[in-house]
Amino acid sequence: METKEASRAPVSQKAHIIENKDFEGKIGGTVSIEINEKKVQVPLGTTILDACRKNNIHIPTLCHHEDLCVAGVCRICVVEVEGMRTLQASCAFPITSPIKIKTSTPMVRKARRHIIDLLLSEHYGECYSCVRNNNCELQKLAKEYGVDSYTFGHVQKSKYPVDNSSFSVIRDIDKCILCKRCVRTCIDLQEVGVLEAVHRGHDTHINTFMEKDLADVVCINCGQCINRCPTGALHANDPSDEIWDAIDNPKKHVVIQTAPSPRAAIGEEFGLGAGHSMTYQLNSALRRIGFNAVFDTNFTADLTIIEEGTELILRLYKAVVEKNPQIKLPQFTSCSPGWVKYLEHFYPEYIDNLSSAKSPQQMFGSLLKTFYAQKRGINPEDIVSVAVMPCSAKKFECNRPEMTDSGYKDVDYGLTTRELAKMIKEAGINLPEMPKEHFDDPFGDASGAGLIFGATGGVMEAAIRTIVEFVLGKKTEDVFEKANVLPVRGFEGIKYVELPLGTEMGPVPEIIKHLVPNWDWLKGVTLKVAVAHGTANAKKIMEDIKAGGKFSECHFIEFMACPGGCIGGGGQPIPTSPEIRKKRAEAIYAEDESLELRKSHENPNVVRIYEEYLTDGPCGHISHKLLHTHYKPRGRYIA
Amino acid sequence: MLVMEKNQLTEEIEVLIKKYGKERSSLIPILQDIQKQHSYISDYAQQEVARLLDIHPVEVFSVISFYAFLNSSPKGRNIVRLCQTITCDLAGKKNVASAIERELGIKFGQTTPDNKITLEYANCLGMCDVGPAMIVNDRVYYKLDPEKAVSIINEIR
Amino acid sequence: MEEKRKGAVLFSDYERGSAIKKLRDLSREDILFELKESKLKGRGGAGFPTSTKWMLTAAAKSDIKYVVCNADEGEPGTFKDRVLLMEYQALIFDGMVIAGYTIGAKNGIVYLRGEYSYLLDSLETYLMKMREDNLLGKNIAGKEGFDFDISIRLGSGAYVCGEETALIESLEGHRGEARNRPPYPVNTGYLGKPTTVNNVETFASVTHIVMKGGEWFCKHGTDKSTGSKLFSISGDCSRPGVYELPWGTTIQELLDIAGAENTKAVQVGGASGICLPKSQFDRKLAYEDAATGGSIMIFNEERDMIHIMNNFMEFFVEESCGQCTPCRIGNAKLLEGVKMLESGEYTFKYINKLKELGQTMQVASKCGLGQSSSNAFLSILENFKDEIFNVRKGGNHGN
Repeated sequence: METKEASRAPVSQKAHIIENKDFEGKIGGTVSIEINEKKVQVPLGTTILDACRKNNIHIPTLCHHEDLCVAGVCRICVVEVEGMRTLQASCAFPITSPIKIKTSTPMVRKARRHIIDLLLSEHYGECYSCVRNNNCELQKLAKEYGVDSYTFGHVQKSKYPVDNSSFSVIRDIDKCILCKRCVRTCIDLQEVGVLEAVHRGHDTHINTFMEKDLADVVCINCGQCINRCPTGALHANDPSDEIWDAIDNPKKHVVIQTAPSPRAAIGEEFGLGAGHSMTYQLNSALRRIGFNAVFDTNFTADLTIIEEGTELILRLYKAVVEKNPQIKLPQFTSCSPGWVKYLEHFYPEYIDNLSSAKSPQQMFGSLLKTFYAQKRGINPEDIVSVAVMPCSAKKFECNRPEMTDSGYKDVDYGLTTRELAKMIKEAGINLPEMPKEHFDDPFGDASGAGLIFGATGGVMEAAIRTIVEFVLGKKTEDVFEKANVLPVRGFEGIKYVELPLGTEMGPVPEIIKHLVPNWDWLKGVTLKVAVAHGTANAKKIMEDIKAGGKFSECHFIEFMACPGGCIGGGGQPIPTSPEIRKKRAEAIYAEDESLELRKSHENPNVVRIYEEYLTDGPCGHISHKLLHTHYKPRGRYIA
Repeated sequence: MLVMEKNQLTEEIEVLIKKYGKERSSLIPILQDIQKQHSYISDYAQQEVARLLDIHPVEVFSVISFYAFLNSSPKGRNIVRLCQTITCDLAGKKNVASAIERELGIKFGQTTPDNKITLEYANCLGMCDVGPAMIVNDRVYYKLDPEKAVSIINEIR
Repeated sequence: MEEKRKGAVLFSDYERGSAIKKLRDLSREDILFELKESKLKGRGGAGFPTSTKWMLTAAAKSDIKYVVCNADEGEPGTFKDRVLLMEYQALIFDGMVIAGYTIGAKNGIVYLRGEYSYLLDSLETYLMKMREDNLLGKNIAGKEGFDFDISIRLGSGAYVCGEETALIESLEGHRGEARNRPPYPVNTGYLGKPTTVNNVETFASVTHIVMKGGEWFCKHGTDKSTGSKLFSISGDCSRPGVYELPWGTTIQELLDIAGAENTKAVQVGGASGICLPKSQFDRKLAYEDAATGGSIMIFNEERDMIHIMNNFMEFFVEESCGQCTPCRIGNAKLLEGVKMLESGEYTFKYINKLKELGQTMQVASKCGLGQSSSNAFLSILENFKDEIFNVRKGGNHGN
């Protein structure tokens, strides 16, 4: 992944620089080494850790993470290298000469055991009352090394108060083992820069600027730190107790919407490998838990495409035809709440570029307490609206004061994939064994376009599928094979695509006919779009735009706060890795291809809602009231 | 903090950036100068430094909190650092410390109510042959005894 | 401060700037040859051969290289660099210029510990004088294309910055956290460029070697520890101070010179060094025997060894950078152990566990600080067990 190169880490933590006279010009060559007296060939510059793993030798790690630059601080991965007085951290040692490695000597085993003992001695709390019980890397190591007592004692008193100021991320520093994965995630991978090690020596701990609450600093709630925390020091703000209360309350009508990414990943919480989509099993499980209705967020993802796409067309029209200088282009997507907050903090001068369309979660929220409530004859006050999201920032989003357009809190609770899995287990349900069931009406099953929102490039692909058909009057399949817009797919940090529209335009579709007279003004225009995932990549694009570079010429840019897009969200099952994210994305694309309905504008329920409820059409008065929002320039200053 | 004070601080930091450069490697010299001027680096100053060096405020705070001689909270105008390491310790640090504490009515780690003096322990000052030693601001005093130490303290009071 | 010192090597006569002027007739190879001949090892304590370090830096491909003088003398009981910096600026700075010439660097940086900030003005004044005399700047000493200048950067109170990669991190504006090695500073140092980091005394030695040759240097000291060494002697003795003595001097000889009586223990190498009892006072101060960066602390019969251990461990708990597990938590555990010894509430079983932990810290810590911070604990426990385990008040000593 490109993100590693974006590193602001100290030089020594970046990719290894190999300079060895014997191997000059041989970068890409191999070197012959011995691991546990077995000869193996490895590519020059491979770390000892990678060399061992490739040869099926397990080395324990804590501070190492595939997504992050090297740290070499936990020291659990130490091995013996012949001729060296001290043990070497295998994660941080690039092989540049024919060394002999031993991975399980008495000295190595003793050192590892000592390190585990030391970490446990300062790790406050008990496993059985920890959110990461059974999914904790420290616990796993303790088991692996047969820890049966606290050799160096066990801290009995809490040292740091729990920071639960944030709607999204809770910090429990007492459980921190100082692997700095969160620091590298926050500063390096995401370039948000909220967490760092502070003080030194035995007082070192991870904290925020001036040790303030997370809610008071520039945290964007992306939760990527949670995904990479080996212990329970960072976890999401879990609303499941309140949700149970609502379910148990007969007066309440509890509805739940499920986003595509949790469905592609929740199987991992039930022992399945990454890449098993559980969409329809989840429906039956949620009904069994007691949710009164189960909806597909993809419905409002489809709606987002219509609203956001129309907004884009209107911006382009006003800019090109009316030459209105007030119109801000490129238009930025707004469905990632982490990205939205990132922009509000770091580039507040660009908030007018954000699409005013709400995210699918929030669109659903306002429709549930208006349209749905009316249709079903339920007092919106009695509706409890839950959203299952791959995301910790969605918790913050649904608590934004402006998200009350229905007259109520549009979405009551944002629930992460992990938290939902816990609820399902608590209800005694084994998800993979559940029968497959469809979503509830009046929203029904949605299109594949909404589904692929989950992967980076998905929003753009969904938009392109619709725009092509709207503007050119052609089937997307005639432009992109099987309607798969491959150029915007994949995990490259930043993708840039040009789409020449040509000169053959189609008729303006009925649904937006009142907004633009024809497409003649788009003749010969090349649509320029870009896709970025992970805020470090977003930053690159924003800096380019500020400098008037090629991205400032774009018309539409998709931004996702999390690496990989929503499938890599901060609410997804732990662990995460490039491989796992790839499999989740594959599951989503496979499900999309298996569907008949793959374009947002073809979703009959979407068409119907414009006929029945949003009667003045996309970006009309009603839709503006319910489906659009505004943003808040927050700036970077921390008071 | 008043807007005027803030603007002045920003100007000061801009001057320092001009002097030392906009690179990350200028961070510590800039912080040292701010500290010298103001006796501490306020959260506003930290954020201004971060903004002008294009790094995150938490990185600035992280660095300040690492180094014993940089502070993010106000200290007295004079900082007394008494060496606590072994040779000074054996040479009578404890008596010197008690005498100073008694004289000022505060403990090490504290600042006098009039904000004039902060007492701190320091690790080895490199005056082991002539201990006990202490540094008052940028001046070093050695071969201290309780009487001598107190008279030095009284000079800056 | 004191009258002009006399010594065989470091404190031998040297005329300011003369080694720099001599560079006009010397090639880089000549200097590397003499250094190799001299068998000079780093004077900071680690004892890495200086010629190898310079050769690697010289061989590294880069237009920009740096010479860094480690004047972050923070090891408890060490103050010889203070004396050099006050009285022998010529030796240090001329040595840095020689390094710049040899490795092909145009920039030298002195990392002066914050505690020595009072030396800053006189050092800056001296550098100005060097510039005036063309001993720094462009075409130094009239040698075409030989440009070099020196700047001084102040530390801010962190012992760990004496570790060369932590020092570089600090120079770069980061926390003083040691880096992973490899890559080594000779390839990837300050700002990612090849950098040679040497101790103040090493540079001073180089200056003399350039003037008088490697062979002359080897005449002093032992086979494996050539030249002489500055010892900072403190503690219970009547004549503490900085002494130049040849390597190979025994501890007893040194105690006599310093006027120490009733000596119970000698801490060789500072807080990170080892503590020797009377029975080992015949040991030689040398890389191959009792190695030291120069710190010699003398404790007489009155002194309480547990108190000393306690002081050292408190030092490391504070001064560890805190990034790696063995050092951050290990030192705190050892300190807890010392407190147990002090109160008498310990078991031998647990103390033995701490000894094993100390050994793990020596091999598993990320940098030299953690690798040496348990030395004092372990050696005092080993060499003074009678005192430590016998005189304490009650408590459970079972197991």
